[in-house]
Amino acid sequence: MYELAITVIGPDRTGIVADVSEALAEVGANLTDSTMTRLRGHFAMTLICTGPTEAEAARALERVTGGGLLATVRRVEPEADSAAAGEPYQVSVHGADRLGIVAAVTRVVAAAGGNITDLTTRLTGPLYLLLAEVDVPAGAGDELAERLAVAAAELDVDVTLRRSDTEIL
Amino acid sequence: MRSVVTAPASVLSTPGEVVDPTDPEVVRLAEELVEVMRVSPGCVGLAAPQIGVSAQVFCVDVTGHPKAATTHGTFVLCNARIVEASRWRPGREGCMSVPDLTGDVKRAGRIVVEAVLPGTGEPFTLTTDAFEARAVQHEIDHCAGKLFLDRVAGAHAVYQRKVYL
Repeated sequence: MYELAITVIGPDRTGIVADVSEALAEVGANLTDSTMTRLRGHFAMTLICTGPTEAEAARALERVTGGGLLATVRRVEPEADSAAAGEPYQVSVHGADRLGIVAAVTRVVAAAGGNITDLTTRLTGPLYLLLAEVDVPAGAGDELAERLAVAAAELDVDVTLRRSDTEIL
Repeated sequence: MRSVVTAPASVLSTPGEVVDPTDPEVVRLAEELVEVMRVSPGCVGLAAPQIGVSAQVFCVDVTGHPKAATTHGTFVLCNARIVEASRWRPGREGCMSVPDLTGDVKRAGRIVVEAVLPGTGEPFTLTTDAFEARAVQHEIDHCAGKLFLDRVAGAHAVYQRKVYL
């Protein structure tokens, strides 16, 4: 049993997910975690699957790619049991688009030991938006908020760091 | 004591049966729900399907929870249905029956629920808000064979759970 990391990206059209997932199913690839989204007219798929060899999966995808659709396949090691995560936070940043917003914000997060587990950016007209889920070391949230505020002031954007409270019911 | 059933399990996806609240088995089920809730760390509510019984019975106790406003202590309701819902708000919730995921779900911040009480069969109207309202809606969903996964706000509104109680 192989574990593969696969990316597929190309101009959006109807049926990309069906084509790709069907091709993978035909060679016994079981999709586990994946994220798929449209980014400015390009459809991007990032997925982990188990089953076939790298070569088998690549051959299967060759049949459905082309026309601008590009796929990559590589073998990865299964996820190790990770240690307990930090405290979950959400970061939101918005403001006038300029070079380096993501770099500056994520550098501050990394410097505080925060681990980004999900991040989305959108540019719409002049407005730039960054939303991220971050695991922050226990007790480090206040300091991270202060550092983010400093970075946001330099970038002339607005930043909010808030705890992701989850209620288990 | 029964243990908590986790997804995927068909009982969690099956609408629970309407029950006779005066049936001794239903009274025993109500007691069992409270027992399992009490021994489950952080548990503020439990529905019959979560202990493997396809029935419209659930218990809730949010006493002392920081997000609770109105609280009714420990209670068990049968055949509950929401008759009024307002003040809709998003919130992130998880479930003992879906131990590894959480999700953003919009719930009413104020509800009125009509139900019957186990044992007496007496009709009962519950008016509540805030966290107790969210918990009651979550449990009523279980009784209808629904999980919070059926209500998440979108394709990117489900998260790997990071903190376990």
